[in-house]
Amino acid sequence: MSDYRNNPEKVQGLVHEDSVHRDVYLSPEIFTLEMQNLWRNTWIYVGHDSQVPATGHFYTTTLATQPVVMVRGEDGTVRVLMNRCAHKGAKLVSGHQGKCEANLLRCPYHGWTFRLDGSIRSIPQKAGYDGTGFAESSAAKGVVAIANVRNYRGFVFARLAETGPSFEEYFGDSLSSIDNMVDRAPGGRLEVAGGTLRYLHDCNWKMFIENLNDTMHPMVAHESAAGTAKKLWAGQPEDAPKPMAIEQFLPFVNGYGFFDEMGVKLWENGHSYSGVNFSIHSKYSSEGDYEALMEQAYGAERARAILGEVRHNTVYYPSLTIKGAIQAIRVARPIAHDKTVIESFTFRLVGAPERLLERTVLYTRLINAPTSVVGHDDRHCYRAMQEGLAADGNEWVSMHRNHGIAEREGMAGVYNGLSEVSMRGQFRAWARFMRPPKSAGDAS
Amino acid sequence: MSTDADLVAFVYHEARLLDEQRFDEWYDLYTEDACYWMPLTRGQPDGMTHTSLMCEDKLLLRVRIERLKNPHSFSQQPRSHAQHVLQAPQVETVDAATGLAILRTPFFYMESQMDESVILSGVVWHHLVHSEGHIRIQLKKIELVNCDAALPSIQLFL
Ligand code: FES
Ligand SMILES: [Fe+2]
Repeated sequence: MSDYRNNPEKVQGLVHEDSVHRDVYLSPEIFTLEMQNLWRNTWIYVGHDSQVPATGHFYTTTLATQPVVMVRGEDGTVRVLMNRCAHKGAKLVSGHQGKCEANLLRCPYHGWTFRLDGSIRSIPQKAGYDGTGFAESSAAKGVVAIANVRNYRGFVFARLAETGPSFEEYFGDSLSSIDNMVDRAPGGRLEVAGGTLRYLHDCNWKMFIENLNDTMHPMVAHESAAGTAKKLWAGQPEDAPKPMAIEQFLPFVNGYGFFDEMGVKLWENGHSYSGVNFSIHSKYSSEGDYEALMEQAYGAERARAILGEVRHNTVYYPSLTIKGAIQAIRVARPIAHDKTVIESFTFRLVGAPERLLERTVLYTRLINAPTSVVGHDDRHCYRAMQEGLAADGNEWVSMHRNHGIAEREGMAGVYNGLSEVSMRGQFRAWARFMRPPKSAGDAS
Repeated sequence: MSTDADLVAFVYHEARLLDEQRFDEWYDLYTEDACYWMPLTRGQPDGMTHTSLMCEDKLLLRVRIERLKNPHSFSQQPRSHAQHVLQAPQVETVDAATGLAILRTPFFYMESQMDESVILSGVVWHHLVHSEGHIRIQLKKIELVNCDAALPSIQLFL
């Protein structure tokens, strides 16, 4: 298509207040620029610190398509290192997680070893570097550690760009959704538990992220799954206890009125959540003595306030989406303009009955797995857009629903649930952070 | 009681019903308390506190089968097709008291939808019992060799 790399204004032109150009999804060049700018200027989710429970434990992933390793150091600090040997660049650790032998990262190629903070510990036959320029080289600095890392109540984020908004500036009050998820543990702590689902999507990462607060789609796209469950259950006697699976499926086919009244809240920088007033998780039955345990931990009033906050999806733009009410998260790992892996993690609420882990495990399997009848239809629709947008005649994607005067000033606020305002907010942030890293700071 | 040959023939028959998409007949092969389980990890102890790819009771199997008949199953436009290729099932154990028979069957499975296909392989374990003179499945456990891969949609039954 066209040369976006050398034309930042042209990139800005892809986003209108109420619509976006199809190239934001279709152009490989835009994807590359997203990884270089948007995904470097912003705070990206890395992992949860319970995945590296003790010194020497590591967890690997990608940030903006770059290989990184999250590792817990001798001092207990969780660091994020580039998973790239300082010598010739081999990935230092493979596999998703594990423990470093002798608390050292040892390169499989020529055996250089690094401490858990990335500094060089040893190089075989080191005398060979005497009298060379090695000491002044980048290699001598060891493995690159990402400078801007923040562990917020167990959730580890990184900003790859050296300059840019601070963690607090970037997320602001949206952190209240993470707070609520953590506060739901009587022990005040979460642990990743129950396995990682990795679902390969043949679509642009933004289609997934936008969908999280797209409340106009469940009753259509998920009619065949949730509607079928509803129909099958309809024959049951009134007093029959509802299986957890039925309880979780049914709200997906609630009507437009339900999703509109749910409400959506927008923060700056593309973050949002739906379910301001109530959500599809509000009517789940209570689980054993969980509420009593919460009251013991927090006192009756505070416990009620925590459990009364039943948010649907919170989007931490651009990489993380969470469901605090059932302690599950989904992480977007972009691979190419038309390829994304969506990872699902579930959490144990420390101090809560194990039944709550069973609930989030079930939800995640029913809704987010590669085998999920709900996930199938979502993925089908994303792919349908990815293919359909190749059609000429209309190059613009409409996001007009409930576009109003009120949001033109600053967009933060509460809106009706069916509004496409969360998508508009995401693209406003997109345009801002698509500017190359140095200027991102001044743009505010 | 069934002979080993009956049990083996039953496993082949089950796969054939799936490949021919005779899902209602297939559904009837399962006991009321049956579980159809595809773990997410190797050696996974259970499907309750650890996520599985599938861990379906009869109600959830019924949801899947009825959904496939629903004209608004958009991800099934066009329909997927599947083929099992089974290695000869082995009768591992038969419990003399209860009649519970456990069979082990390595397999290849391909599911295809137009230009896209997914190939899965592994071992399936059948726990077979007798009910009213018929062989029935109490547990079907599918251990994928590629369970830790990032997988695309798997829409039918292995
Ligand atoms: S590439 Fe790592 S030691 Fe050579
Ligand atoms: Fe959906």
